[in-house]
Amino acid sequence: MSDPKSPIRNRMTASRKAYDRMAAGLRANGTGRLASPGRLQAGDVGIVSPDLEGVALATLALQYGLRPSALRPSPPDYIRQLWRRRHFIMAFATARNIAMYTEAKLGQFWQILTPLLNAGVYLFIFGYLLDLSKGIPDYPAFLVSGVFVFNFTQRAFISTSTVITDSLPLIRALQFPRAALPLAYVMIELQQMIVTMAVLAIILLGLGEPLSWYWLLAIPALLLQTVFNVGVGLLVARLGSQVNDFSQLLPFLLRTWMYLSGVLFSIATLADSRNLEHEHLLIALLTLNPAALYITLIRLAMIQSQRLSQPGYKAFNHAKCELWKHLSSSYHGRLLYDSAYCQPTVNPHHYWYYGIGWAAVALVIGFFFFWRAETRYGRG
Amino acid sequence: MADPMVIVDDLHVVYKVYGKGGDRGTAATVLLRILGRKTRGSIREVHAIRGISFVANRGDAVGVIGRNGSGKSTLLRAIAGLLPPEQGNVYTAGEASLLGVNAALLDDLTGERNVVLGCLAMGMSKQETREKYPGIVEFSGVGDFIDLAMKTYSSGMGSRLRFAIAAAKSQEILLIDEALATGDAEFRVKSHNRISELRGEAGTVFLVAHNLEEVELTCNKIIWMERGQVVKQGDDVIGIIDEYIAASGGAPILRDPVTKERVKPHALDGAARSS
Repeated sequence: MSDPKSPIRNRMTASRKAYDRMAAGLRANGTGRLASPGRLQAGDVGIVSPDLEGVALATLALQYGLRPSALRPSPPDYIRQLWRRRHFIMAFATARNIAMYTEAKLGQFWQILTPLLNAGVYLFIFGYLLDLSKGIPDYPAFLVSGVFVFNFTQRAFISTSTVITDSLPLIRALQFPRAALPLAYVMIELQQMIVTMAVLAIILLGLGEPLSWYWLLAIPALLLQTVFNVGVGLLVARLGSQVNDFSQLLPFLLRTWMYLSGVLFSIATLADSRNLEHEHLLIALLTLNPAALYITLIRLAMIQSQRLSQPGYKAFNHAKCELWKHLSSSYHGRLLYDSAYCQPTVNPHHYWYYGIGWAAVALVIGFFFFWRAETRYGRG
Repeated sequence: MADPMVIVDDLHVVYKVYGKGGDRGTAATVLLRILGRKTRGSIREVHAIRGISFVANRGDAVGVIGRNGSGKSTLLRAIAGLLPPEQGNVYTAGEASLLGVNAALLDDLTGERNVVLGCLAMGMSKQETREKYPGIVEFSGVGDFIDLAMKTYSSGMGSRLRFAIAAAKSQEILLIDEALATGDAEFRVKSHNRISELRGEAGTVFLVAHNLEEVELTCNKIIWMERGQVVKQGDDVIGIIDEYIAASGGAPILRDPVTKERVKPHALDGAARSS
C-alpha cells in the first residue's frame, strides 16, 4: 500500500479518463465530498489494513475504482441503458394491458368498447342535442376523430402523472433507468390507440368515408403524437412524483385543454365563421396548440371533406369566402366546402412542420427534465 | 490484499411519507399550493439511516441484524442505489442487486408471462431469458400450473415461483432481504442450496435476517443496527449475536465452549452446512 495521502494516483493512472469522469460525477452528485466525515476506525467491519486507518472513505472508494451506487448516468449512457431495456418496456406494457382487463367479463373487448361508447356519448350530446355541426362538413366523422386522438394524449398524461408513485415498490426493488416506466405507460396507451384507430377506420367507412391513400398519412401523424406524448409523459411523471397534488389538478387542466383543442369545433374556420379575423394571436395560439395540431393532422389524413374544405385548399376567393361566412351556419351540403377559399396564403405542409417541432421539443425537454431527478425517484 | 467491494461512507437516508390526512382540497387550493411551493402539512420525513460507515471486501458475507424498523432493508436498498443518500455516499464495485423480483410481477398474468417479465425486469436480455426459462420453471416445481394466472396459485407455489425467478440471475454484489426460504421442507433445502450457490458466484453478500442461526452459519461479518445507527459491527459474529439476544431480552444460546457452535442444531442447519 502506498502513501495514503496520495492514494488516487497508483490505480488511477491506468484509467485517467475513468477517474476524471467519476470525480466529476462525485462533484455533480453533491453528496460525496472527498473529505467526507466517514473514516475508518479500529473495529469497523472490513478494515482494509492498519495503515489505512483515518483515510477518508471516499478517497478509498476512488482508489479502488468504486462508483457511487446512486450515480446518475450521462445522457448518452442513459439512452443506451433504456435501449437495452426495450424488451422489458414492451413486455411490461403488454403485461399491464392484459392485466387491466382480466377482471372484466368482456375482457379485451373493452379495448374496442371504450372508444365506441365514447364516440356514442359525444355524438349524442354535441352532434345531436347541441348540434355544434354548423359550418363543418361531415360533423360526426370530424367529432369522433377529434375525441379519439385527444383521448390518446389525455390518457397518456393521466397515467404517466402517477407512474412513479404507482411503481414505487418496483423502483425500490430493482435497478433500471426509471424513464422506462413512463415510456412503458405511453406504450400501453399506444397499444390502446392502435385498436382505437382501427375502430375509427371502421366508423369512418360506416359513415361513407372513401378509403384512400391519404389514410396512410395517419401513421406518421400518430408517430409524431406518440413522440410528443413520451416527452410530455416524462415531464408529467417527474412533476407527479414531486408534487403529489399534480395528479389531482390534471383532469381539470386536461378538460380545459380539450375544449381549446378543436375537438368539438373547427379552429381552421373559427376565425372566419365567427368574425374573429383580427384576433390573430388567439387564433395562432389555438392553431399551434399541439393537441389541436395532431387532431388536425389525423383529420386531414382520414376525412376527405376536411381536406377539401381546409382553408387554403383552393385559391383565395373573397366572394366565395364571404358567401360561406354568411350562409354556412344555416345551409348544409356543398356550400360548406367553400371555406377552402378563405385563406390567402397557401402552405399545406405547415401543420406537419409544427407537429414535428412539438414532438422534438417535448421529447428533448421531457427527457432532460426527467433524467435530472433520476436518482431521487425512489424516495417517494 | 484486501479488495473493497462496498464502501458506505457516513450514509444518511431520509424517506418522505405522505400522511393520509383529509386535506385533499379543491383544484383551486391545489393550484395555490403548487404555485406557492408550499408543502403539505401531512408530509413527514423519516430519517431511516443516520450516519453509517463501513467497508465490505470481496468474499465477505455480511449479516445485518436488528429489530423491525431499525433500517436494515433501507440500508440494503441504499447499497443497491435504489434510495438516494440524503448525505454521505455508497460506493460499489459493480452492480449491487436485491434478490427479489416480486414488485415486477403481476398476479393477473400467467406464470409463464411472469417468468419472462421478471427476467427482463432484472435486466436480462431476451436471449438470456429464453435460456433460463426452462430452468426456472423446473426449479419452481410449479409444473402445469405455469399456464395459469399466478393468482390461482397456492401461496407456497407463488413464493416458489417468485424465488425461482429472483434466483435465476447471479449478481456481483448480492443483497438478500430475509424470509426467502419459504415453502415446504424440500423446497427450503433447495432454495438454501441455491442461495449458497449464488453466494459463491457473488463477490460480496449482504444478508438481512431475523433468523440469527442463518446469519451465524453464513456470515463472517455482522452489523447490528438500531434506529438507523450501528450499535456494533465487526467480525465477531457469534459475540455480537449473543449480545443482541441479551439486549432484546431473549434467553442466551447454549454453545459448545470450545467450538462456539450451538449445542442443539436445527434440522435445517445440517442441510445448509452440507451444501
